[in-house]
Order: sequence, then structure tokens, then C-alpha cells
Amino acid sequence: MSRKLLDLWVGIFVAFGLASVLFLALKVGNVSTNLSETYPLTAKFVNIGGLKVRAPVKSAGVVVGRVADIRFDPESYEAVVTLSMDSRYRFPKDTFALILTAGLLGEQYIGLDPGGDEAMLKAGEVITKTQSAVVLEKLISQFMFNKASEGQGDK
Amino acid sequence: MSERSRGPASILTAVTGLGHRVNDALARLGFATRFLIVLLRWSGQSFRRFHLTIREIYYCGFQSLLIIIVSGLFIGMVLGMQGYETLQRYGSAEALGVLVALSLVRELGPVVAALLFASRAGSSITAEIGLMKATEQLTAMDMMAINPIARVVAPRFWGGVISMPLLAALFSATGVFGGYLIGVVFIGVDEGAFWSQMQASVDFRYDVWSGIVKSFIFGIAVSLIAVFEGYDAVPTAEGVSGSIKGTVVKSALAILALDFVLTSFMFREG
Repeated sequence: MSRKLLDLWVGIFVAFGLASVLFLALKVGNVSTNLSETYPLTAKFVNIGGLKVRAPVKSAGVVVGRVADIRFDPESYEAVVTLSMDSRYRFPKDTFALILTAGLLGEQYIGLDPGGDEAMLKAGEVITKTQSAVVLEKLISQFMFNKASEGQGDK
Repeated sequence: MSERSRGPASILTAVTGLGHRVNDALARLGFATRFLIVLLRWSGQSFRRFHLTIREIYYCGFQSLLIIIVSGLFIGMVLGMQGYETLQRYGSAEALGVLVALSLVRELGPVVAALLFASRAGSSITAEIGLMKATEQLTAMDMMAINPIARVVAPRFWGGVISMPLLAALFSATGVFGGYLIGVVFIGVDEGAFWSQMQASVDFRYDVWSGIVKSFIFGIAVSLIAVFEGYDAVPTAEGVSGSIKGTVVKSALAILALDFVLTSFMFREG
């Protein structure tokens, strides 16, 4: 085999190898599976729990967008979540955004409950009605306190 | 001699036999270390004719592509199927991406790729060098003032060392793709969650880089064992076949033992 052809094959091999290293690296970073056309919406949450960037946004169980960015607002001490929504879907102004969990231990996503407003949310607007993630510890301590006070009431 | 004296005599033979074996093993280890040092010293000269190493990368790297890619794909697909089976019971099928990627990048990629590499490329390197020795080609080179270490051994060693991390990365990448194929395309796990959870949990420095370092070390171990077994082969047909067997067995043991040590170093917290 001529040296040039050999170089070519080895070049192909090395390129393949480096491409797969790149794939492993970028998969850790961000390769977006792009929704065709999107528009941004923001929502503020008191607590986002374990929500992650690129988590799905669902309405009626259907994926209608993705979480694009999560920031902390140092003035209001709230989490500002940017959603990139599929532009095929429009939601009313009084849409309710909740952070929900898929299954007991599953990953968290944002659920949208559409309201009855005639006006629709435009690109860049803020969803005002939000409900934070349920923090299990808080729920349990609340339950325990209730139980304890109940016990004292009986006596 | 009476029958009775055979007892102590056979014990004596057993003890001396054991002593010989330990002696031989230690001497071989010493020879292997000396061999490595000589190999490294002559590497500079062999790099001056780098096309020799390129040729070896072609033979042991490029020609292993098929087996690496096919096994990677199937291992990824099996991981996808088995992982989904367990994860969906706990309602966290979206974590399939994490499971597949972490197990491939950290362990399976480097280890299985190295095992395949040892049996595919390592054995052929041993056979080649062993046969060269048996047919006295190495001696002939020495007579022509060509150093066989620089001309034959070093290029094969470095070809293996360079190919190994690339092959392991390819194995991991095709494995992840196999897991994606089964998990997302066939079973229907949410694609965004599959990738997003994977990206959130797989750290480049901690996971991917450790995997690459691991495969590099495996590459050194396998290539050294392969060239040494060939160079040290008994120059007969039987001797060469024994050396090839030795390469595969010793490489496999070295890979698994090294993997244990490296994992306990790298992922102490995990």
C-alpha cells in the first residue's frame, strides 16, 4: 500500500477518534435539539427545586417548549426561568406555570395550565402566576407539625 | 534407591520447581522493565521515521474500527434496554441517558475497548514480532546495523498507545448512540430529557477526561505486553503460539487490575 493512501486511512481514523471525543465533550456541554421556531417567555419562581436547563415545558402532557436558561435574581431573590416555546402554540395571559415532577423520583419539568384570558402572551413576556416546586422536606415538616398540634388539641 | 526416599525427593523437586518459577517470573519482569527503558530510549530515533508508526496505527487502529464500532453499538443498545427495564419501574426512565453515558464513558468504554484491542491488535503484534524472531529477521536486522527495537518494536508500541484512546472514545460515542437508538427511537423516552439529564450529570473533566486517561494507560499496558511477549518469544512455532496466548491473557488481567486501581483513584467520591 502506498504511503499516501496509508496516511489517508490513518487520517480518517484519527479524525473519527477526535470527532467522537468532541461528541463526548459537546454532549456534556450543549447541543440543542432545536425546536423549529421558538419564542421566549420568562417566569419567576420562589423555588425551582431540581429544575434543569433543557427540561421540557409541558401543557396537557405535551411538550410545548424547553427551559432555555435559569438565573437567580439578586433583587427579588427569585429564580428567573427563561422558556423557549414552540411558536406553533400560544398561551393566554393568565396561564399558570407550575414546577412538577415526572414520577416520584423523576426529573422536574414545567407544566402550563392555560387560563381563560382573551389576550395571548407575546414573545419576551412574563408569566406572572407561578407555583414553586414542592420541596419534600417542607411538606414532611408541615405534616409533622400538623400532627403534633393535633395531638396536643386532643388532650 | 528404595521406594521411601522418593517422598522427600519429590518434595525437593517441587520446592526447587517453585523456586525456579518465581525466579523466572522475576527475571522476566526485570527484563520487561529493561526492555521498556530501551524501548523509550530508541523511540526518538523511530519517530524520525514517523511513517513506520503511521503504518502501525493503520494496522492496529484503523483495522480495529469495525469490531470497536459494532461492539460499542451493541453494548450501548443492550445497556439501553436493560437500563430502561429497571429505571422505568421507578418512574425515572429519563435517567436512561445518564446511565448509558456514565457507565460507558467511565468504565465500559475504556475497558471493553482495551480488551477487544488486546485480542484484535495485541495478539497480531505479538505474532508478527514473534515470527520475525523465529525466522531470525530481528537478528538479520541487527547484523545490518539496524536496531530492531527502533525499527520494529517502537513503532508498534507507539501505534498501539496512540490508537487506544481514540478507539475507546469511538467505542463510548457509538455506545451512547446505541443507547439513544434503543431508548429514544424504539422505546420512546423523551429525547430532550435523555440528553439534558445526560449533559447535566456527565462532567467533562471528571468523567470523560478520566475515561480518556484510563484508556491511554490501558494502551500503554497492552502495547507493552504485546511487543514484549513477541520479542521474548521462544523462537519456535510452539513458542510463538504460547506468546500470543500470553499476550491475550496477561493483557486482560492487566486491564482489569489496572481498572480497579485507576477507578479507586479517580472516582473516590463517586
